[in-house]
Amino acid sequence: MSSSLLSANPALNSGRSSTRRRNKKKIQSHAIAENLSSNDQHQNSPIEWKSETQQQIYSSKLLQALRQVRNGDGSPAPKRVHEAADRALATTAKGRTRWSRAILTNRLKLKFMKKNNIVKRQRKVMTSISTGNSRSQRKSKVKILRLKSKSLPAFQRKVRVLSRLVPGCRKQPMPVVLEEATDYIAALEMQVRAMSALAELLSVSGSSSSH
Amino acid sequence: MSSRRSRSGSSRITEDQINDLVSRLQQLLPEMHNRRSDKKSATKVLQETCNYIRSLHREVDELSERLSELLENADTTQADLIRSLLMH
Repeated sequence: MSSSLLSANPALNSGRSSTRRRNKKKIQSHAIAENLSSNDQHQNSPIEWKSETQQQIYSSKLLQALRQVRNGDGSPAPKRVHEAADRALATTAKGRTRWSRAILTNRLKLKFMKKNNIVKRQRKVMTSISTGNSRSQRKSKVKILRLKSKSLPAFQRKVRVLSRLVPGCRKQPMPVVLEEATDYIAALEMQVRAMSALAELLSVSGSSSSH
Repeated sequence: MSSRRSRSGSSRITEDQINDLVSRLQQLLPEMHNRRSDKKSATKVLQETCNYIRSLHREVDELSERLSELLENADTTQADLIRSLLMH
C-alpha cells in the first residue's frame, strides 16, 4: 500500500526529499561551524602563521585540494585554484577564527542554496514590478546613503571597509573586526609564501622534466 | 581624541583595547617605520591595513593564475607533487 502511495506522487516526494536534503546540509554546515568553534574551549591559542610547521601543514592541504581540482575538471580555472587555496587556508585555521568559519560555510551555502537564492531574488523582482512597490529598492538606497555619508567619523568608515574585506565580518563590532583582521593578514601572508614556494617547485620540476 | 571615535553601543569596549588592537595591526603592516614604536594615527593604520589586504588578495589571485597554468602544463602532475612534498 505504501509503495503505491509513493509511486502515485513521485514529484511531491522528490520535492520533499530535496528540501529535506537541503535542510540537512544547512544543519550540517551549522554543526560543522559549531564543532569547530567548540574546540576553542579546549585550545584557545591562536594559530602561529609564521611557523614553518603551519606552512607545511597548509602546503600539504593545498596540494591535496589542487590534486582534486585537477582531477575534477579538464583545465583548472584560476578561480577554482583560488577557492581551493582559501578553503585549505580556512581548514588550517581549525575554525578558531570567524573568517575561516565563514569561508568554509560560504562554500556549502553556495553549493546547496544557490538555487534557493535565485528563486528568492526572482520573487522579489516580480513583486516589485507587479505591485510597483519599490520598498526594497528604497531600503537599499537608504543603506547606501548611510554608508557614503561623510558625517560618519573616518575611523568608523575605515572599520566598515575593513569589515567588508575580511570574510565573515560584515556585521561584527569594531574590536572583533580588528582582531579578525590581524589573524587574517598573518594567514594571507602565509598563503602567499606557501603558494609561491609551490609555484617555484612546480616550475622548476616542470622545466627539469622537459630536458 | 575620544570625539574622533564613535561611541560603541556597549561602553565595555575601552579605548585602550582599541588602541591595543590597532597597534597590533600596525606591527603586522609591512612598513619601513614598523620597527619604530612611533604611533601612527589609527585611521592611517586602518587605511594601510585595507590596502595591504587588497594587495595580498591580488597576490593570491596572481599566484592562483600561475598555479593553474603550471598544473595544466605539468603532464606528470602526480610525480611533481610527490617531489614537492619530499622537498619540504
